[in-house]
Amino acid sequence: MPVLRAYRSEFRTDSRKVRALMSAVDVDERLNRLELPFNASGLDPYGISRKHLSIAFRGMSWSYHRYFRVRTRGIENVPPRGRAMLVCNHAGGIALDAALLMGACFFDMDPPRLAQGMAEKFLARMPFAAQWIAKTGHVTGLPEHAVRLLEDERLLMVFPEGARGTAKLFKERYSLVRFGTGFLRLALETRSPIIPVACLGTGAAIPTVANLYGVGRLVGVPYIPLTPYLLLAPLPVRIELRFGPALHFTGSGNEDDAFINAKVEQVKESIGKLISEGRSERESA
Amino acid sequence: MKVLVTGVSGKIGRLVAEELVRQEHEVVGIDRRTWPEAPAGVRVFETDIRKRPAEDVFRTERPQAVIHMATVTHLVERSEERYRINLIGTKAVFDFAHRYGVKQAIFVGRHTYYGAAADAPLYHTEDEPPMALEIFPELVDLVAADLFAGMALWRFPNIDTAVLRICYTLGPARHGTLAAFLNGPRVPTILGFDPLFQFMHEEDVARAIVLSLTRGLRGVYNVAGPQPVPLSSLIRHTGRSLLQVPEPMYRVVLGRFGLPRLPVGALTHIKYPIVIDATTFKAASGFQHRFDEYETMHSFRDSPQLSARAG
Repeated sequence: MPVLRAYRSEFRTDSRKVRALMSAVDVDERLNRLELPFNASGLDPYGISRKHLSIAFRGMSWSYHRYFRVRTRGIENVPPRGRAMLVCNHAGGIALDAALLMGACFFDMDPPRLAQGMAEKFLARMPFAAQWIAKTGHVTGLPEHAVRLLEDERLLMVFPEGARGTAKLFKERYSLVRFGTGFLRLALETRSPIIPVACLGTGAAIPTVANLYGVGRLVGVPYIPLTPYLLLAPLPVRIELRFGPALHFTGSGNEDDAFINAKVEQVKESIGKLISEGRSERESA
Repeated sequence: MKVLVTGVSGKIGRLVAEELVRQEHEVVGIDRRTWPEAPAGVRVFETDIRKRPAEDVFRTERPQAVIHMATVTHLVERSEERYRINLIGTKAVFDFAHRYGVKQAIFVGRHTYYGAAADAPLYHTEDEPPMALEIFPELVDLVAADLFAGMALWRFPNIDTAVLRICYTLGPARHGTLAAFLNGPRVPTILGFDPLFQFMHEEDVARAIVLSLTRGLRGVYNVAGPQPVPLSSLIRHTGRSLLQVPEPMYRVVLGRFGLPRLPVGALTHIKYPIVIDATTFKAASGFQHRFDEYETMHSFRDSPQLSARAG
């Protein structure tokens, strides 16, 4: 029945259009509920642009929901408003975990929140990257920025393993390398709760077998991660983000190293615990 | 109060003088340029602040306060003379102020003091040092003048000195550094970069300067009004069109095809933002801007003034 076939194909296109439209509306509806102080043109004082966020989240929606099929556990531990620090492990060559954590706070929180990251300094010098990073809410990784954002009651993403973390190879993907201690002093100084987050799967999505440090230096990045298939494109691995209960520490941020290191160890342990919980669940599944 | 304004014939100088007159202060001005239609209540002495007649003005007029605005940028004065105007001039103003019993001094400086750099914080606070001078040597004398003026706080404790680091000025006068950059129909930006720009309406700038005088501010203050906007929006809202040029080609096109001429160092200022935190100033003075960022950009766009003068 050619008529019916034509009708069906017509209908299918339509439903696809409707679905595309619906997902677009959803992103905009969520953007409206963000508590950012946008001006009349949709810009906030840090230069975050509503338009750029809309493009970014629309682009991310498919990969977040369909490609990586991200699952969150305990996202209710993230406070719905007010300052907080999401402290997460890093793995998988590039900062894919940061993007997905940002996605989780936007797509899976109610009301949604914008998780703002601290970008590596070299990114600010790269054309386009610099612009997009700034307009989607991320600032250069400076302690001044962290303090300012937290005192502005924003949600800050911190990866205390830094570039050492993204440089983990496939076989090291579930390990934690040395944590920086700056984040803890900042949390104490600004009296911000720390929410430990474990990201599972990014190490498998981008299975790094080697890092090219020399070539990286030549092009102005810390290193270039290499996968067995050479490309940097992530594999469709299911990603899981597990959020632990908030950790509240008290202090001034000027304590001696032993005090700070003990607290950092506590954060690291809670993230390690979330990782092993997630791993045993993944392996039994 | 009798207020001496140096650089009174400049655009902002005139606005400051008019605001002072409106608030019933007596204004004495010093400038090398004339101000033929100066309003009643403003007397202009045509002289150079570094010269003897300028000292005579301090001696005979005995102002209670001085607002020092007679500094120039590389856009106006391209010679070695700029260093002398900015530094010897600032020294002269503070020396005379001290010698003739001035009670309050305001140095009108610029937010470009902080410099633009990829690894600089987004909102600069007053305690930060000037950066990126090695990239933009044309700013050195203004930075030195700013720091020299700040020294007056301990050199002359009897004078209440306020050093104001004011963001870019924009408005119907189409006057100043930013106006000069936005002068042509096409404004060149660097492909892949869209830094935040912070500016204030020229009338708000004049009000902020007068307010820091009447509130008797002492110390170093960042002065800014509405929130910053990305360069691309600034260009669009001022009725210009964006010409995105890849960085390696930028130096080649500058000064050609009707595009503005800029020193090489100025490139960092269109790649990275200079945004200041004016919280301290607003708390100390109670200042609130009257023109938001859009009203300011549109006042520049809709101005009958044909082309910009740098200053």
